[in-house]
Amino acid sequence: MAWVRKLLSIDRRIIFLLVAAGVVLPLLFPLNLPVTLTPRVKAAFDAIDALPPGSKVLLSMDFEPDIMAELMPMSVAILRHCFRKRLQVIAMTLYPAGTGLGERALTTAAKAEGAVRNRDYAWLGYKSGFQVVMIGIGENLRGMYPVDFYGTPLDSIPVTRGVNSYRQTAMVINVSGSSGTDYWIQFAQGRFHAPLVVGCTAVMATDYYPYLSSRQILGLIGGLKGAAEYERLIDDFGDARRGMDAQSLVHLIIVMLVIVGNAALFISKRAGDAGGPAAGSMTR
Amino acid sequence: MRRGPLLVTFLSGAAIAALFFIPHYRAQEVNSKLLEWTLVVYAFALILGSISLWNSHVRKMKKRAEGWGYSVVTLSTLLAITILGVWKGVGEGTPVGTIYDNVNSPLASTMFALLAFVIASAAFRAFRARSVEATLLLITAIVMMVGRVSIGPLISPHLPGVTEWLLDVPNLAAKRAIALGVGLGAVSIALKIILGIERSYLGRS
Repeated sequence: MAWVRKLLSIDRRIIFLLVAAGVVLPLLFPLNLPVTLTPRVKAAFDAIDALPPGSKVLLSMDFEPDIMAELMPMSVAILRHCFRKRLQVIAMTLYPAGTGLGERALTTAAKAEGAVRNRDYAWLGYKSGFQVVMIGIGENLRGMYPVDFYGTPLDSIPVTRGVNSYRQTAMVINVSGSSGTDYWIQFAQGRFHAPLVVGCTAVMATDYYPYLSSRQILGLIGGLKGAAEYERLIDDFGDARRGMDAQSLVHLIIVMLVIVGNAALFISKRAGDAGGPAAGSMTR
Repeated sequence: MRRGPLLVTFLSGAAIAALFFIPHYRAQEVNSKLLEWTLVVYAFALILGSISLWNSHVRKMKKRAEGWGYSVVTLSTLLAITILGVWKGVGEGTPVGTIYDNVNSPLASTMFALLAFVIASAAFRAFRARSVEATLLLITAIVMMVGRVSIGPLISPHLPGVTEWLLDVPNLAAKRAIALGVGLGAVSIALKIILGIERSYLGRS
């Protein structure tokens, strides 16, 4: 069973090349695979869509560049929906390296929908302290953010004028790549009863199903797939839908590798071949 | 010597816990003030962290320890970004903004993207059906990986439904159990810290 042994000890660089091809080719030659809708993303969309024009929405974009591939298209899609619905967005981040991304998401969505800073949205920027900031906003927004990211007092900004806590906002949306979402659920929703919609990375999404089922969160957008669904709902073909082709193909490649690896090991064992590579070796 | 920190911990913990349940405006004023103090503590922690980072890398450089060149890069970057940020601001179009967009963002994304390659290689070599449990995990993972992406419905129209069931039933049940356990554990640890039973945060177990 020399071929099986050879297959089991395949050079990892070949696997890397396969994955690279799976990522690059669909981006160069889009397959335009269909994006099916899930009830969780539809619920998030419906919750935002049901808000009357002029409602104020607090959006916290709590992520840094490492996971921007998933959460940036999601943030842009949510913002575009809000601007299209004429909702006023008060945006912030609880991550120091999230300021650049939050600002970029706002300017991208604002450019696409013709929204204007301070009239349609305000960018508060970064504040350290996670739970403290969340509780602080519930009691006195100006205690946490006396001025916006550009140094303008909140009372001089039309979007934030008259807003001093969650009570004056119609909804809180948290796009996060960390357990910060747990705190938004505990404090913004649990303590201050703010309606909450969550967007998170795909690996985090399953953690928040219980909160969705208990209606503590109104909708859940999980990972690039969730972002792609949201783009479909707002009738946009953005980075998430483009990226889904690549993600689909890479998932398929990994599944094929797992099946081939198991099949080869099975054949090798049946043939009584003790020679294969060490079990579980990931570095070869 | 340790009574002071223990007393501060007890009073702060008990006060914050009590204030959570007292809606009176006076109590909420005290709560707001305590929150402002916490922000100040966070700011000091940031300064302390920066000083600690500086000291540890300077020590490494002085000793010419292995990888000391990285310490030079770390400290010069820390200095350069701090000076540029204070001098020119940190918004879009500033030098810090440009460095963030063209260095920080692509580097951080690249590091994370490498995971896909490592996971693919690891999955091929380590994800084996060696037992009934491992086989169940393997089948579930395959169904989830294919069923959650756009190609799933093209392979089988039933795949999205199966993934939804997996997420809504077994996943939800397990997550609820874990959340309850974690919640009860957190309350118990908090009580132990407030009452001074758990003292490892003082620097000795």
